[in-house]
This record gives sequence, C-alpha cells and structure tokens, in this order.
Amino acid sequence: MAQYAILIYADDSAHSADATPEELEVHDRHGRELEESGAMVAAFALQPKAMATSIRGDVMTDGPFVDAKEVVAGFCVIDAPDLDAALEIAAKNPATQLGGGVEVRPVAGGFVRPSQVG
Amino acid sequence: MSNLPGSDVEAVVADAHRRGWALVLAATARVARDLDLAEDCVQEAYAAALATWSRDGIPGNPIGWLTTTARRRAIDVVRREHVFRSKLPLLMEPEEMDKVVMVEPMEADPRESKDSVPDERLRLIFLCCHPALAQEAQLALTLRLVCGLSTRDIARVFLVSESTMAARLTRAKRKISTARIPYRVPRADQLPDRLRGVLGVIHLLFTTGHTAPSGGSLMRVDLMDQALHLARMLRRLMPDEREVWGLLALLLVTDARRSTRSDDRGRLLRLREQDRSQWDRAAIAEAGALIVDGLRGGRPGRYVLQAAIASLYAEAPTYEQTDWTQIVELYDALLSVWPSSVVALNRSVALAETSGPLVALAEIEQLELDGELDGYQYLPAVKAELLHRLGRCADAAAAYARAIELTENEVEREFLAERLEEVT
Repeated sequence: MAQYAILIYADDSAHSADATPEELEVHDRHGRELEESGAMVAAFALQPKAMATSIRGDVMTDGPFVDAKEVVAGFCVIDAPDLDAALEIAAKNPATQLGGGVEVRPVAGGFVRPSQVG
Repeated sequence: MSNLPGSDVEAVVADAHRRGWALVLAATARVARDLDLAEDCVQEAYAAALATWSRDGIPGNPIGWLTTTARRRAIDVVRREHVFRSKLPLLMEPEEMDKVVMVEPMEADPRESKDSVPDERLRLIFLCCHPALAQEAQLALTLRLVCGLSTRDIARVFLVSESTMAARLTRAKRKISTARIPYRVPRADQLPDRLRGVLGVIHLLFTTGHTAPSGGSLMRVDLMDQALHLARMLRRLMPDEREVWGLLALLLVTDARRSTRSDDRGRLLRLREQDRSQWDRAAIAEAGALIVDGLRGGRPGRYVLQAAIASLYAEAPTYEQTDWTQIVELYDALLSVWPSSVVALNRSVALAETSGPLVALAEIEQLELDGELDGYQYLPAVKAELLHRLGRCADAAAAYARAIELTENEVEREFLAERLEEVT
C-alpha cells in the first residue's frame, strides 16, 4: 500500500457560508463512500478562496498563492496499492464533473496529530 | 558448434537484439524488479554474448541464452544487495513477488516461452505507454525499453541532446517507481482506453519518422522500422484486437510507398506523380487481408478505417482510377468514430475528386472558421491546390505562401515553393 494525496481544484470551495445542504450533498456522499471503502486516511474541505492569505518572502497578500482560474478547494489522503487504483478513486471525485479536477501526488511523508482525527 | 568469424557472431547478436530485446528485458525486469538494474543486466548479457558466442559458438536458442544470462545476473545482484535495494522497486502483483523468489534462472519451463514471456512484453509496453507519463516520455521509454535503442539514438531521432534525453528517461523511470505505476496489463474494463494509448504511441513514432517534423530528410527510416516492428509484436501479443490489425495495416500500406515519396534528388512527389510499379505489393496485400478481417464483426475502429482508406489509394491502378466515392464514405465513417478536423481536411481532398474543387473549398473554409487547424501547414497547402485548380492564382499564391511559412520540413517547403512558382 502507498499513500496518495488528492488535491481538489475548483473555481472555489463548495463550502461557502451560503452553500445549501443540496450543494454539499454530492461532496459529502463521495467522502462517505471513500470512508466506507477504507481507502481514506484523511480529508479536509477548505473555506472559499476569499478567506485565504498568502505569504511570499516578507510580502503578505489577500487571496490564494497562485493567481489561477482554479484553486485548491480541499484535499484528502488515501491508501492505494498503486497509481492505477489511486487514479480510479480520484476520478470519482465530484470536482472532475463540475468544471474542476484533481491532482494525484504520491505522499512522501506526513503527520496527523492522533486526537485531530475523526 | 564451431568457432565462427566475428562478423557472423555480430550479425546474430544484432538480430537477437532487434527481435529479442523486449522479451529479454521484460523477463529480466520481473526478477530485477527495477528497470535500471534490468537494463544493465540485459546490456551486459548482450555484451557477454558477443564474447562467449565467438569463443564457444552460437547457441541453439540465442534469445533463450540471453534471457537466462540476464536474469541470472539480475538474481545475483538482487540477492547480494537484497538489504540495500529497497529503493525504487518496480511494482508487481503480490503473488508474482512470491514467484520471483522461487524462480530458478535455468529452469526450462516450456510454458515460459509460449505463454508467460509474451505476456511480460505486453506488461512492458503498457508500462511505457501509461497515460500518467507525458507522451514524449512514453515515446522515449518505448524506444529505450521495448525497442532497445540507445539513449544517444533516441536523442538523435528527436533532435535533442543526449543529456536531455537521458534526463527525460530518468525522470520517467523515477515516476514509474515513486508514483507506483504498476507493471501489468490493464484490467479488461480499462483495456480499450489503455490500448488506444499504446496504438497512439506506435502511430506517432511512425508518423514522426514518416515526415520528420523538421530537418532536411523527409523520412527517418529508423523510426518507421521500429514502429512497424512494434505493431507486429503487438499483433502477436494481442491477436484478437481488431484495432491492432488496423494499425499494422495502416503502417504497412503507408510504408509500401516509402521508396516513391521523393525523387532521386530528394524532392517530394505527390501521390499522382509516384511510380506505382515501385510500391511494395506484398505489404499492400498483407494490409489488405488485415483490413478485410478488421472490417468484419461490428463497427470498425479508427485504425481499421484509416487503413482501409490508405489501402484504397494504394490499390488503385492509377491516381485517376482511385475509388473516390468509397473513400469519401470511409471518411464519413471515420469522422463518426473519430471526429477530428484533420480527418475532415483529408476528406475534403477526396471530396474534390467526387464533387469538384468548389465543394471541397467550401468545406475547407468552414474548417478555417472553426479555427482548430490554425497553424496546421496542410490546411493552406490543400486550400492552395484547390484554388489553383479553380484558376484563382493570386489566392492560391497567398495560401502557398502561408503553408511555406508554417512548414519546418525542408523537403516539404521546397515542394511548396515550386507550387508557388507555378501560380505566380
């Protein structure tokens, strides 16, 4: 088994203050499926890009680090035996069907404080 | 076995390299579980063959000898460095790792040569053409690992420095192990997509050789030969895939005209100017049989249809007697399975013969509006020829000038410059 990060790219995070439960349902369902399959190691949904603050050198700016059409809206870490299996899971992310997409990157190392999980 | 002159041994080794490299490497990769180690061992086995065969004579089964030698070296290294070689392993199914431990290098398992070894080559091909690798990396890896070309030769055909190509290959191999791209034939539900990728790589190798994208010589014969070799190998490995027959047929029928595409001075000749008596009839017949089979049993795919079109061009006794109506019909079928502006452009060439240059010109003007072929030199080249036939010389000249501007192949540019002179 190996771990892969799935970085989710979208126009913006689905989790805005005025997001309706219906809008979030598709993402939540995908998350539950991953959890039930046993593949999910960790998952985080982020607040919208307007909430982001970036620092480059000594300069602080309001907004995401890279000025691009899509931003990282969330990410998760999964267990998968190989890249094909990881890609198969990543392709099911709703972002791929909603105008955005995902990037799959092998994890080199990481840490999650045990009490933060769950 | 008696001692043989060195040149004979060299010829046998060269032949075993051409025919056997993929098989030897694929079988060695399984025990080495590391592509670099496998390559080193295979390289060493070929070097050892030259010395040993010159001294002891050529073995009855040269490729079997090479496989055994390379695998034995790999097993030695793996055993010796077992503790240290946790770096960058080649990913295999768990049950196969058990097999690796048990495998004995000298075992003469009759199933080995008939079933599992060709399967290993197929794994190697699917590994090299994995969609997670950039296409230029897929091309380079296929030439290096499946065809056994040296890094220097691959660098030469793609017109980059040897160090650039070496870095490209290293990066691709590192991604294979770090991202864990599996060494296996895809599952049945993924196979059609993945096979399309493999066919695309082989086709691209051939077309890159057929019209070198830039430079002085019209064809790079090496690449065309390697692509044909790959297509034949794939057909043996996947005997039931109709698109594999289609690709092989397409390459055969295109290659059959190889010697007539330019004249003695290296100038490009148009289809209607080519000496049909020089075409390779045996290759065209071989392609024809594949196409007949490929068109049977359900809707044919892209390569079968492309091959069928190319074969209609090749089978006509003269340019004028070409069956243009059937070619246009095949282009319509091709567009339905592979909607592509390039296909639509090629269709318009045949359409000019069935419906006249004015109808074809209207199609081309529509393609220009779509904008997908902006910068594609063959669009203004085809348009110029139609305008010329319609007697609109000034417009034709402008289109030829545009085509010349976009063409990087010198032979093609010279050809277009001559056409431009005709209309001015």
